[in-house]
Amino acid sequence: MITRRRLAALSACAALAVGLAACGGSDSSTGDSASGAGLKVGIKFDQPGLGLKQGSEYKGLDVDVATYVAGKLGTPADKITWVQAPSAQRESLIETGQVDFIVATYSITDARKEKVSFAGPYLIAGQDLLVRADEAAITGPEALAGKKLCSVKGSTSAQKVKDQNPGVNLQEFATYSECMAALTSRAVDALTTDDTILAGYAAQEQYKGKVKVVGKTFSQERYGIGLKKGNVDLCTKITDAINSMIKDGDWQKAVDANLGPAGYKPGAGNPPTPDACS
Amino acid sequence: MIDILTEYNVLGAFVETLKYTVLAAIGSLVIGTLVAVMRVSPIGVLRGLGTFYVTTIRNTPLTLLMVLSILGLAFIVGLQLSEDFNANTFRWAVVMLSVYHAAFVAEALRSGVNTVPTGQAEAARSIGLTFGQSLREVILPQAFRGAIAPLGSTLIALTKNTTVAQVIGGSEAAGLLSTIVENEGSSYGAFLIIALGFVILTLPTGIAFTHLSERLAVRR
Repeated sequence: MITRRRLAALSACAALAVGLAACGGSDSSTGDSASGAGLKVGIKFDQPGLGLKQGSEYKGLDVDVATYVAGKLGTPADKITWVQAPSAQRESLIETGQVDFIVATYSITDARKEKVSFAGPYLIAGQDLLVRADEAAITGPEALAGKKLCSVKGSTSAQKVKDQNPGVNLQEFATYSECMAALTSRAVDALTTDDTILAGYAAQEQYKGKVKVVGKTFSQERYGIGLKKGNVDLCTKITDAINSMIKDGDWQKAVDANLGPAGYKPGAGNPPTPDACS
Repeated sequence: MIDILTEYNVLGAFVETLKYTVLAAIGSLVIGTLVAVMRVSPIGVLRGLGTFYVTTIRNTPLTLLMVLSILGLAFIVGLQLSEDFNANTFRWAVVMLSVYHAAFVAEALRSGVNTVPTGQAEAARSIGLTFGQSLREVILPQAFRGAIAPLGSTLIALTKNTTVAQVIGGSEAAGLLSTIVENEGSSYGAFLIIALGFVILTLPTGIAFTHLSERLAVRR
C-alpha cells in the first residue's frame, strides 16, 4: 500500500516537473525572436489549402505567403518556426510576442486593429457557399430560403448569414470538417464561409468531384498579416514583400497551386494593393 | 469590459446555460438512479449492464458524445429531435449531458448505498420486503442523503460541462464567448466575464450542497 502511494506521488511529481520544464522552455525562447536568428510565424494547422500540417510538412497559401515574406526578411524557410494560431488566440499570440507575425486567414477589421497592426491585404476573400456537386437549386445567397446551412459557431460568416436571412436553419459546429461531413451525408444543403476556405476543402482528395463552390461572394474579407501593434518598420518590410510577391508572379502560382484544383479563381480586387502602414 | 456587457446578451447566454444545467440535472438523476439500482440489484445481467454503462460512458469524452449525437445519430441514423437545427441541437445536448453525467450520478449513489450498513438491507429482507420495497423504503432514502456531497460535485461539473455544447452549436455562455472573441479579438475582459458568470452559478451550488450534506447526513 505504501509503495503504491509513493509511486502515485512520484508520478504526480514527474508530471508537474514535465509541465514546468515545458513552460520554462517556451518562456526563455520568446526573448530572442527578433534577433534575426529565426522567425516564429503563426498559421492555421487545420485549414486545407491555406495552412495545413501534414506530418512534419506545412502546406497551403498562407504557408507559401509566410515563407516568401520570411525570405524577403532574410530568413530561409528552414529557420521558420511554425506556431499554431487558432482564431481565438491570434491577438494574444501577437501581443505576448509568441509569434513575430501571423498569416492565418486573418481578416483586417477595425476591432482587431485596436489590438494588432496589419500588413496587406495579401488576398481578398469573400463569403460564399459550398454545395454538393449535383446541387442545382442553390445559385447564390438569394436562393437560401428553406435551405439547411452549416457553419462554424461564432464565426463572422455564421453571424452574417443569420443577420441577412432571419430564421435560417443553421447548424453550427466547432470546425468546418464536421460541416463537410454533414454536407456529404446530405444532412445540410450548403456550407458557408470564406470562398478560400471552401476552395481548400473542395480541393481535398476525398471531396474531389463531390462538392463545388457556388462562386457568388456576398462579403469582403481582406486577409492581412497580423503583427505587433505599431511596428511600422516590420509592417513596411512585409508590405514590400507582398508587393514583390504579386509582381514577380509567385503570388499567382501559390494561389493556383493551393486553391486552383477546386476551380477557385480569386474574386474581384485580386491581386490586392496592400494598404499603407501606419 | 462594460461594452461587452452592453453589446452582447451575456445574461441571455447564461440563462441558456442554466436551462441546459437544470434539464440535464433532472435527466442525469433519473438515468443515474436507474443505473445505480441496476448496479446493486441481485440480478447478475442487470449488474453487468450497469457496470458496462458506467465504464463506457464515463470513459468516453463528452465532446465525442456531443459530435456523435448530431453527426452520427441525428444526421446519419436520422434521429432528428426537431426539424429546426437550433431545437435539435438543444435537445441532443441535453440528452448527451444527461447520459454522460448519469454515469457519475450512478457512482455517487452507489457510494451512498455503501454507507448504509448491510444489516439494514438484511433486516428489510427478513421482515419480508421485496428487493424493490427495501430499496425504496430503506436503502435509497439513506443512500441519497449519504451521497449529497458527491452529487453536488457532479452538478457543479455538469454546470461547467454545458460549455461543451458549443461544439454542436449550442448558444450558451461559451458559444457567446466564441462570438465575442471573433468580433472583438481575444481579451481578458471577455474571458473574465464568462468565468465570473460560472463562479456565480457554481459557488452557491457548492455552498448549498456542503450545507445540505451536513444537515441531511444520517447519524449513526
